[in-house]
Amino acid sequence: MIGEKVISAEKLTKRFGDFTAVDHITFDVVKGEIFGFLGANGAGKTTAMRMLCGLSLPTLGSAMVAGFDVYRQNELIKKNIGYMSQKFSLYEDLTIRENIRFYAGIYGLTDDKIKEKSNLLINRLNLAGQEKSLVRSLPLGWRQKLAFLIAIVHDPAIVFLDEPTGGVDPITRREFWELIYDASSKGITVFVTTHYMDEAEYCHRVSIMVDGRIDALDSPANLMKEYASSSMDGVFLQLARKALRMSD
Amino acid sequence: MITTPVAREKVYTMSQFYIFVKKECLHIWRDRRTLFILVWMPIVQIILYGFALTNEVKNSRIAILDQSKDDATTAISNEIAASRYFNLVKNLHSYRDIDATFKQGLIRMAIVFPRNFQYDLLHSNRAQVQIIADASDPNTANTLTNYATAIINDYQLSLNNNEQLPYTIKTQLRMLYNPELKGAYNFVPGVMALVLMLVCAMMTSMAIVKEKEMGTMEVILVSPLRPFWIIIAKTIPYLLVSVLNIACILLLSVFVLGVPITGNLGLLIWESVLFTVTSLSIGILISNGAKTQQAAMFTSMMSLFLPTLLFSGFLFPVENMPVALQVISNVVPAKWYYIIVKSVMIKGLGFFAVWKETLILVGMTLILLFISISKFKIRLA
Repeated sequence: MIGEKVISAEKLTKRFGDFTAVDHITFDVVKGEIFGFLGANGAGKTTAMRMLCGLSLPTLGSAMVAGFDVYRQNELIKKNIGYMSQKFSLYEDLTIRENIRFYAGIYGLTDDKIKEKSNLLINRLNLAGQEKSLVRSLPLGWRQKLAFLIAIVHDPAIVFLDEPTGGVDPITRREFWELIYDASSKGITVFVTTHYMDEAEYCHRVSIMVDGRIDALDSPANLMKEYASSSMDGVFLQLARKALRMSD
Repeated sequence: MITTPVAREKVYTMSQFYIFVKKECLHIWRDRRTLFILVWMPIVQIILYGFALTNEVKNSRIAILDQSKDDATTAISNEIAASRYFNLVKNLHSYRDIDATFKQGLIRMAIVFPRNFQYDLLHSNRAQVQIIADASDPNTANTLTNYATAIINDYQLSLNNNEQLPYTIKTQLRMLYNPELKGAYNFVPGVMALVLMLVCAMMTSMAIVKEKEMGTMEVILVSPLRPFWIIIAKTIPYLLVSVLNIACILLLSVFVLGVPITGNLGLLIWESVLFTVTSLSIGILISNGAKTQQAAMFTSMMSLFLPTLLFSGFLFPVENMPVALQVISNVVPAKWYYIIVKSVMIKGLGFFAVWKETLILVGMTLILLFISISKFKIRLA
């Protein structure tokens, strides 16, 4: 891939005592790319992602995220990324508008900007008229879509999505991916982990982690050719079977 | 106009902080049930402790077995029946009745006058009266027998009024700070310690753990908000609720319970804010360890509520405890706050009387804050 690199990891490693959670991973992600970060439970995805988000310091190796060093500039990284976790991450006892206000506010958006963004976002999700109802009353699919749009409300360079579509029905997942494509076309890089292999096929490129290493990294089409499989599911199973580590 | 990057950074942090505090207030405001408990708990406790759970003895039911029925026994009986401490519910007719009446639970004390009481009193100087009390509650039994003895002594004095006894020692009693011996003087400071401890420590720890449980903490930690400010922002609303609670308790105690604030009100409020900060830092510490809201609540209950109740000195005097427990009581912050409130509010003493206790609280708070905030940071690494 050619383009401006927004994430570049070089032999990035994290050890907890004797245990090497992430083992010398090297990869680049370019601007606007949708990068799938795959791996079985316990393969080290979350640990790698935490290092890239500035939540955890690497043991070895180097990484630049949005142009900043993960060792020394993690506060700057935090300002330039968005994050949405597998766990539902909006406040159920606040209204839709209050949630947008809060998350936009802690990223330092001005009041005018927050108002403008809120209206845009509410219209995008067809939630006009409901903005004063509590998030608790929204169906799960809507909440996840809202959470995603809130995660990019401050126009970050990169958005990290940690299993964003867990427990969501197929139709809503489709809609969710439309939002992801939308963000990508606006130049926001999307770094996403998922368990759904059909979703992996939506990504521009995917990496597959096994036992803390990246064992495969290419576009879905190339990977399926290389592993002689008709789906990403087949590719993933061939690689994941090699794992020695117990999943948790 | 040129603003330096540093200055802009500061403004940025303040508005983020303000937005966070506002969000936190919304949480409390939306959870009406908890808000209701937060506001009413101190009021109910003050009223309960002030009126119902008092250790003053009033209107205790007693019985009298009068085998003499003369002027002296009648006079004493009338005095006792008229006293506000006693309520004469039964005149007994035989010794056997005494036991039966106690067993029925009808009375707490019985007074027995033997035959020829007045004759013995006036002629042989050997008059005897027996007081039998239900000592299953030792404190009450003691108090009741003291009251009864005092009434009988009064009667004896009135008999001797005209003829001065050659050698007498007259004891003069003065009850300092609380002349009417009201229980509320003791309870108000205790309830203040208890309520502030519970509201601040328990509610803050639960509020922080809730964010962990919901998964929102992760998102906030990835945001540019510094962990230190997250913690402070989460505690501010509870600090405000506590100030409201302090005001409620003080108003109630002055206007409803009749406990005056003899000392400096400003000093009292500042000491209370200090204790509130101590409690908040304990709350943060608990939230570091707890994974669920239930765990946070349970830890707060066990590690704060009971020690505060037992060791602050407001239910049981610390001086009467075994040395080991007395040593333990020193690490309970409520003990020091209780001493401060009693000194300032009830005894009307100034800062110079409580500076040592204040210093201890400040020290505890600094240590707790240091541990809890540095632990919060370690968790992020």
